[in-house]
Amino acid sequence: MDRSSSSLKFLGSWADSHTHRVRLALELKGLVFEYQEEDSVDPSPALLLHSPIYKKVPALLHDGRPVVESLVILQYIDETWTDNPIMPADPFERAIVRFWCHFADDKLGPAVGLVFSSVGEGQKAAVDQVHENLQLLERELREGAFKGRRFFGGDNIGLLDIVLGCGSYWLAVFEEVMEVKLVDPDTFPLFHAWLRDFEEQKEVKETIPPIDKLLEYARGIRQMMLSLSTDTTTTPTIGAPATGNTTSNNDAAVEEIGLLQESLVL
Amino acid sequence: MAEGENKGLVLLDFWVSPFGQRCRIALAEKGVEYEYREENLRDKSPLLLKSNPVHKKIPVLIHDGKPVCESLIIVQYIDEAWPDRAPLLPADSYARAQARFWADLVDKKMYESGTKLWKLKGEAQEEAKKEFIEILKLLEGELGDKKYFGGDTFGLVDIALVPFTAWFYSYEACANLSAEKEAPKLVPWVKRCRERESVSKSLPDPLKVYEFVCFLKKVYGIE
Repeated sequence: MDRSSSSLKFLGSWADSHTHRVRLALELKGLVFEYQEEDSVDPSPALLLHSPIYKKVPALLHDGRPVVESLVILQYIDETWTDNPIMPADPFERAIVRFWCHFADDKLGPAVGLVFSSVGEGQKAAVDQVHENLQLLERELREGAFKGRRFFGGDNIGLLDIVLGCGSYWLAVFEEVMEVKLVDPDTFPLFHAWLRDFEEQKEVKETIPPIDKLLEYARGIRQMMLSLSTDTTTTPTIGAPATGNTTSNNDAAVEEIGLLQESLVL
Repeated sequence: MAEGENKGLVLLDFWVSPFGQRCRIALAEKGVEYEYREENLRDKSPLLLKSNPVHKKIPVLIHDGKPVCESLIIVQYIDEAWPDRAPLLPADSYARAQARFWADLVDKKMYESGTKLWKLKGEAQEEAKKEFIEILKLLEGELGDKKYFGGDTFGLVDIALVPFTAWFYSYEACANLSAEKEAPKLVPWVKRCRERESVSKSLPDPLKVYEFVCFLKKVYGIE
C-alpha cells in the first residue's frame, strides 16, 4: 500500500488505553497520520458519525472510511500495511494471540478496573482476581505458548504485546493510588520483566503518556468516585454509563466516572 | 505427544450451543472431517478441562492435539487453516474489518440479550424485549438487500448470527417477541442460510431448543 497517497486520521482520547494501542501500531508501522483528541464524555460530531453504534474512541479513518473497535483496527492495520507484521503467520499461533487478547479485554482489564473502583472487601477480592489472571499469563510465559520469549510476539513486539502493554501502565498507577500490590516481581518475574522490556521500546515511550499525568488523572477520578459513594461497603461496578436524561449534577458526574472508568481498563 | 496418535480434528461441543454450531457450520463449509464429542456440562471431561483450562468452556476445536478455544476464534482458525476453499472472510482488508466488527457485535449482544428474554419477567422482560428488537433492527439495517452479510458470499457474520435463529421460536413462546415480525428483512436471509447444508445439518430443531429452555427455566425456578 502506498503510504503517501492514502490519508489516515484517528480519533482518540489521551488517557484511553485502546487509543494507545492504535497509536502504537501506527507508529510501529511507520505510518503518517492525523490525530484528533476526543473528550470522552462529550463526543464530537465526527466521532458520532464514524462510530454510530458504540460512539467511542478509538476510530480510525482510512481515506475517509471508518474502522472501530481496537482489536478490529489493529488487525486492519496489520493486513493493510503488511511490512513489519504484528500478527504471526501461522493459523494456530494467530488463534493463540486472539485468545489472549480476548482474555485481556474480558478478564484482566475488567479485574484491574474493579480494583480501582472498589473499596474494602470488594477491593481485596478484585486484587485477588487480578493476581489469578496474572498467574495465567505468567504460566504461559514460563511453560506455555510464550515460553522462552522476550515478548509475546517473539523477538519483536506483536499484537498481543500491544494489547497487554497498552494498559499495563495502569497497574503501576493503581498500585500507587490505591496502595495495593498488583505486580510483585517475585510472584510474577516473567510478566514483570516483559513489562519492563515493553516500556523500554522507543515507540512505546513515544505513545504512553507520562506517568505523573496518569497518576494525576487516576487520583482525580478516584476522588470523584469516593465522594459520590455513600456506602463504603458497596462495590461500585464498572459498567455502562448512566442511561437516560442526566439532569442533576450528580447523575452527570456518575456518567462521567462511568465513561472514564471504561477508558481505564487494559 | 506421540506423532499420529492425536492426528485429526475433534470438536468438544454441546448440542444446543449456538457457539458450537458456528464451528460445525464452518467445518462443514470447508468440507473437513472431524469427530464430534458431546460434553456433559455438569460433568466436564478431563480433555475439556485440559484443553481450555482458562475458561473450561465449549466449544473447543482440537487439531492434531492442539486446542483452539472460543467460537469466533475457531471459525477464523478454520478459515486460515484451510485457505484453499470456501473462504469465510473476504479478501479485502476493509471488508474483513467490517466482518470482524459485526461478528463481534453479534457476540457482544445476541446471547446476553436473548437469554434475558426467557430468564426475566414483567418490566425487566419488557426492557429486554426493547433491547433485543434494537439489536435485530441494527442487524437488519446492516444486511440491507444483500444476499448475505458479506455480500454474495456466505461468511463470518452469517455464521456468527444464524445459530441464534433456532432460538426465535423460544423467544416468541417465552417473551411474545416475534423476530420475524420485528425484523422482516432477516426472514429471507434465514431461509437462504438454512438452504445451505452446512447450516441445516448444524442447527437444532427449534422445538428441541424450546424444550431445553423450558428445562432451564425449571432449573432456575422461573415459571
